[in-house]
Formats: sequence, structure tokens, C-alpha cells
Amino acid sequence: MGNNYTVALNLAPTTPSWLQAIGAQAMYLGLDLRGGVHFLLEVDIDAAVKQAEERYNDDLRLALREAKIHYQNVSKDNGFIKVTLKEANDKSELLALLSKEFRGLSVTEPEAAEQVWLKISESDAREIKKSAVAQNMTTLRNRVNELGVAEPVIQQQGENRIVVQLPGVQDTSRAKEILGTTATLEYRLVDTEHDVQQAVAGHPPIGSRLYYEKNGNPILLDKRIIITGDQIVDSASSSDDDGRPSVSISLNGIGASKMGKLTQVSIGKPMAVVFIEYKNETRVVNGEKVRHKEKVEKVISVATIQGVFSKRFQTTGLDSPQEARNLALLLRAGALAAPVDIVEERTVGPSLGQDNIDTGMMSFFVGFALVVFFMAVYYKLFGMIANVALAFNVVIVVAILSMLQATLTLPGIAGIILTVGMSVDANVLIFERIKEEINNGNTPQSSIFSGYDKAFATILDSHFTNLVVAVVLFAFGTGSVKGFAVTLIIGILSSMFTAITGTRMIINWIYGDKRVEKLSI
Amino acid sequence: MKTTTINFIGNRHIALIFSGLLSLASIISLATQGLHMGIDFTGGTLIEVGYAQAADLNVLRQKLNAEGFEDATVQNFGTAKDVLIRLKLQEGVSSADLSTRVLDTINKDVAQPASLRRVEFVGPQVGDDLAEDGFLALIYSSLAILAYIAWRFEWKFSLGAIIATFHDVIVTLGLFSILGLEFDLTVLAAVLALIGYSLNDTIVVYDRIRENFRALRDKSTEEIMNISVNVTLSRTIMTSLTVLLVLVSLFFLGGATIHNFSLVLLFGVFFGTYSSIFIASPAALMLGISPADLMIPVKDNSDIAHLP
Repeated sequence: MGNNYTVALNLAPTTPSWLQAIGAQAMYLGLDLRGGVHFLLEVDIDAAVKQAEERYNDDLRLALREAKIHYQNVSKDNGFIKVTLKEANDKSELLALLSKEFRGLSVTEPEAAEQVWLKISESDAREIKKSAVAQNMTTLRNRVNELGVAEPVIQQQGENRIVVQLPGVQDTSRAKEILGTTATLEYRLVDTEHDVQQAVAGHPPIGSRLYYEKNGNPILLDKRIIITGDQIVDSASSSDDDGRPSVSISLNGIGASKMGKLTQVSIGKPMAVVFIEYKNETRVVNGEKVRHKEKVEKVISVATIQGVFSKRFQTTGLDSPQEARNLALLLRAGALAAPVDIVEERTVGPSLGQDNIDTGMMSFFVGFALVVFFMAVYYKLFGMIANVALAFNVVIVVAILSMLQATLTLPGIAGIILTVGMSVDANVLIFERIKEEINNGNTPQSSIFSGYDKAFATILDSHFTNLVVAVVLFAFGTGSVKGFAVTLIIGILSSMFTAITGTRMIINWIYGDKRVEKLSI
Repeated sequence: MKTTTINFIGNRHIALIFSGLLSLASIISLATQGLHMGIDFTGGTLIEVGYAQAADLNVLRQKLNAEGFEDATVQNFGTAKDVLIRLKLQEGVSSADLSTRVLDTINKDVAQPASLRRVEFVGPQVGDDLAEDGFLALIYSSLAILAYIAWRFEWKFSLGAIIATFHDVIVTLGLFSILGLEFDLTVLAAVLALIGYSLNDTIVVYDRIRENFRALRDKSTEEIMNISVNVTLSRTIMTSLTVLLVLVSLFFLGGATIHNFSLVLLFGVFFGTYSSIFIASPAALMLGISPADLMIPVKDNSDIAHLP
């Protein structure tokens, strides 16, 4: 297949075929056992609201112009969009327009008659935040799919956080780059009519904006954008005829017709491609969390329009094939609706994952063997019966975990091991009670009966406290701790069954309907 | 095991003084030294790398220092081949790509690069949230259990159980504080599990006291408690032993990541067993529990007429 391919089989299931045939699935292993990355991303939902405000601001101007309502000023101020009309008489018209087209804005009328203050309403803001998170989830899912990760987990956590789990991924820097960045392209015409130097001196012409090329040269570009990244439906990294890294772009219908129209009338004119990247960094300054958002805009290529093109074309000017690949991926997967920040990362390498499984299994078997030995020595035949129940308990716990497809983590394994130690507790309670009854001069049969009978309430009470704690742990725990809670809950419940009902059944088999002189306890 | 006749209740003052001193020492250590909080709660970055041979920590420190990671702590983890690097949340430095930069730094100019075993980065906000959630979990589980015992038993018992459990948690945390062991999320989970376990032991004893309050009417409260603790003694010890067995196995064989987890439970089970024998019943006694508290209410008032 050549050198450009890596075949990864590390996540292929090793379930035997006969088990697969009956629909059995492998245990779902947590990242601490299989290796992989866990990210917790925080969506800057306030930024989403700010962006919406910006949009409203622009749309409002446009709408006012279209409705021929003359205004002096539309500006953003402290969470408000303040509209100052030329004439106070137009206010009713403005209000009508607002109630028709801008329902998301709540209106305040200050004392100045020609002014209206607008604010994004609570409910609208909530909706914006919600959809920003939802859209980010979709985008992240697309991006993760582009990365080609098997069995990724992408879940919302709380109001504004998203969990991304990528099993088997070790190259975290690339994963971070892909998940966290927002990169897009804009296409603009170059303004050749005005003097660049004047703009550099601080007097940019109306209708144009000053940009810088990669080599640092200033360049004036038309403020109107021909197309933005939103109109790109597909993109792939490639290289142009000279072997330079490039990105091939496919546009949607609107973008294609815009591009087609423009190139028709602009043959011979230069067009620039602006690469925009938002870099988010959270820094701690004086103990305070400060979000540092950087918008990096650079003109990556300027080319003269040679002929008419619309739907498909290539853009060059990228630094490396890697950059081309990342950009193509980001363009394909769509933009993030609001910036995201990685607020938590947990990566486990594959070697540690395997080690965790090995040590977990080892301590399980040794712990199990110790308990079995101890019970057999101390309670003799009854101890052996308890051991059979204990073995069944472990099988049941593992089976239920597998059936629920609950995630098994290292603390989860620890939970199973702990269950082994604790689940004989019910048997200890019963057996001690039986011994007591025998010491009190009761017959073996009635001792067995009253032993089980009297111990039952105690078992219920004492196990319930463990259960309560495990449930609370499950409710508040995150990640691997949840795995611990799950095994504990299942272990406690199933041990009550095996240790009471299971042992009773075996004891009845052995001692039931017989004249028994002495119990092996 | 023959049923013992040790006078636990009569000699309760010895245990109470011992526990009092132990708790006091723990509280002092917790107040002055505090707990060595892991990055789960403080925020920060933790990187575990593995080498084929024993790693030279000084070389690693120098390299990290040279690149400006002055506050990095470098230490072995489990074996000499594994190295743990910790970094605090740094002022003015973006933390998201810190782990990548550290790994690049230590792998620069080396023939055999370290393999990445684990990276944990927790942002400040997440750390606060995890700490808050953990604290809430402690409160809620305590409340839920308090309510359950109050419902199943009687408030004096339930308060006694809480005192005994609180004692176990304080002493275990105190030991962690004195020994300077790291307190992280899994350790917190172990503390919660310990609450459940410690209560489990206590409840078995209380259960028997309640039963005997009703059965042995001619004996004093103190005597009944002594009998109850003694008859449940073998059970208490047996159960603790089986749990200790698996915990020892987990501690020695479960790997370094789970060390502190099993240590909390080892301490906890030990103290939990101790407290359910020596503390729980005296506590209920001192709160003034008497057989009358547990009698099934009888309409005849003469039954409670002898109450103080």
C-alpha cells in the first residue's frame, strides 16, 4: 500500500468467534485500560452570544437601510445595541420592524426620544448558547470522524462542556490541534486603486482593509468578502503542478454562483486568499483565568484571475503538506460555532493501559485466592460453599458489566476486587450466627434455619449503607471513579443474591432432609 | 473462635482518650499541613513517561530547567524506569499544549526517547468543580446514610454511627496529611467507599445491640452492649480480614496508580474495625441510649414511667 498508509489493528476485538456468534460483545474498557485520550472541552458560550450580537448589529443596519429608516448611529455598547434615529418620528416604524424581524431582541426605550436600546433577550441568549454547544458537538464529531478514530465518545457534560474520548489515539498534539482550532479561508479581491502606504500610515480607504502577506508585505483588500469558509462543502489536501502543498476546494451552489459571477467580470484582477485562525489560550494571570483569543489573519496567496471558475478550484500558499491537510480537514468538518478550550486532558499510553490490565488481573487473582483459602480454612465445608458463591458472584458481576456495556476502568477492577473481600461478609454474618445458635444448644438444622433468618435483616441494613455510598459516588463521580461506583453497586447487589440464596441452596443440597449430628463449620 | 467476654464498654475511656488524641493529631495536621492535593483538585499538569533503563532524574531536571520549566517536579513513580513530572498551573502560560512541549523537551537529543505513559492536565476551573463535586458527594452520602440509620434505628444510634465514621475519615485523612500522600479523585472515591464500609461494620454491632435490648431485659445497657460487641467480635474481625486480604493484594500488586487508593482503604478498614468495636457503642451510650429508646411503643404508660 506504500508508505503513506498505517494499518491500525490495535482496537480490533479479540472476542472468540463462538462468542461473537451468540451476540456477545467484549467488555467495554475505559481509556485507562485501553489507552487513549480524554478531553474535556469548554465552549465559550458567552462568545457565541457576543457573535450573535455582532450579527444583529450588522443585520439591523442592513434592515434599516432596506426599510428606508434613517439612522444616525447603530452601535454596540455594554451588551446593548443602541440605535439612534435621525428623526424621533421614525420610531414607530422601527419598532414595527423590530417586532417583525428581530424577535430575539428585547427593546428598551430610554429618555432620549430618538433612541432605542436593544438587548438579546434571556430566552434568545439561552437558545444561542444551547445551539452553539450543539453545533460544536456536530463539528467536533465531524472532525473526530475525519481523524479516523474507532469508537469515539462525544458527549455533552453540564451546560457548556463537551467530553471527547478518543480510544487508541496517542498523538495528542495533532488531536488537540484538530479539536481546538478554528481555521477558515476567505476570498477577497485586492484593492489596486488605493495607495497601500497611506493605509499603513493609518488612513485606510473606505471600503478596504489593510492585511499583511506572509512575508510581511502590506496589502489592501476589498472589505466585501467573495466567499467564506461556510460556503465550502468539500476540500482535500493536494499539491499543485509545481508540487507545492495546496487545498482543493468545492463550493456550494451559492458560493459557486458568487464566485462565477465575480470571476467573469474580474479577469485580470488579483484575488487574495486570507487564512484565518482563531487561537484560544487560557492563561492564568494573578490567579485569575484569562481567556486570550487571538485572531490570526494572513494572506496566504495572491493570484491574478486567469479565467472564469466557480465550483472547484485550488488554493496554494500553505507552509507544509501538514498545514494543507489540517486546513482541508477543518474546512470539511465545518467551523466551530463558538471557541472551545481544552480544560482537562487525560492521556493514557497503550503500554500503561496494558500494564493496568495486567496488574489489575494479578491483584484480583491473588486477592481472590487469599480469600478463598482463608474462608476454607476457617469455615471448612461452609467456607467452601461460600467460595462457590463468591466465584459465582464474580461471574455475575462481570456478566452484568458486560451486558450493560458499562465501562471497565482500573478503579472498576479495584471495585471488583473489593467486592470479593466484602461479599463474603454476608456469609460470615450467617455462619457466625449459625455457630452461635449451635453454641446455644440448638440442633444443626434449626441453627441453619435461624442463622439465615436472623442474619438477613443485619445483612440488609449493613449492605444498604455501602449501596447508598456507591450510588452517591456514581452520581458525583467522573470518568474512572464512575467505573468504580458501577462495579461496587453491581457487586453489592449480586453478592446479596449469591451469598444468601446461593449458599442456602447448596447447604440444602448437602444437609437438607437429613439427620445431621454436626456441621462442618 | 469462642465468644469472648472482654469488657469493652467498661474500659471505654481508654479507647476514647486514644481516639481523641488520634483525632486531635489528625485535625492539627490537616489544619497546619493540610492535604497534599493532587492535580485533580489544584489544576496542573502531570506527565508520566517510561524509559527502557533506569532514568537519570537530574538530567531530566536540568533539561526542563533550561527550557523554563523551573517549577517542574521530577520523581520516580513505582519503578526507577518510570518518571513522573508535575507542573503547576503557570502564570501567563497557556496550559493546553504544555504536555507536548515538556515531552519535546525531555526527548530532545536523546537516543532512546521516553515513551509517554500518561498525561493528565486539569484546568483551574475543572479542578474547582471536581473539588466541589467531591465535597458534595461527601455531604450527600453522609446525609443519606444518616437519614437511613435514623429511620431504621434511632437518632442516638445514627449520631453514634456518624461519630464513629467521622472518626475513621478524620484519622485516615490525618494519616494521609501526616505522611504527605497525594490526595486525588480516586483517593476521594476510596474515602467515600470507606464511609460505607465503616458504617457497615458499625451497623452490624448496633443491630445486635438493638436485638439484645429487646431480648435481654434483665441486663443493664452497658452489659447488653458488652455482650453484643463480644458476640459480633469474630464476625467483625473476620470480615475485616477478608477485606484486608484483598486490599493488601491490591496494594502490592495493583500498580502505582492505585497505591494511594488501596492505602486509604487499608487505613480505613483498620480504623473502621477499631471504631465499630471501641467507639460506636460507647458513643451511643454517652448519647444516652437505653433499651427504652428501641422498645416497640406500648400503649401502657407504665412502661416508660421509670425513665429518668
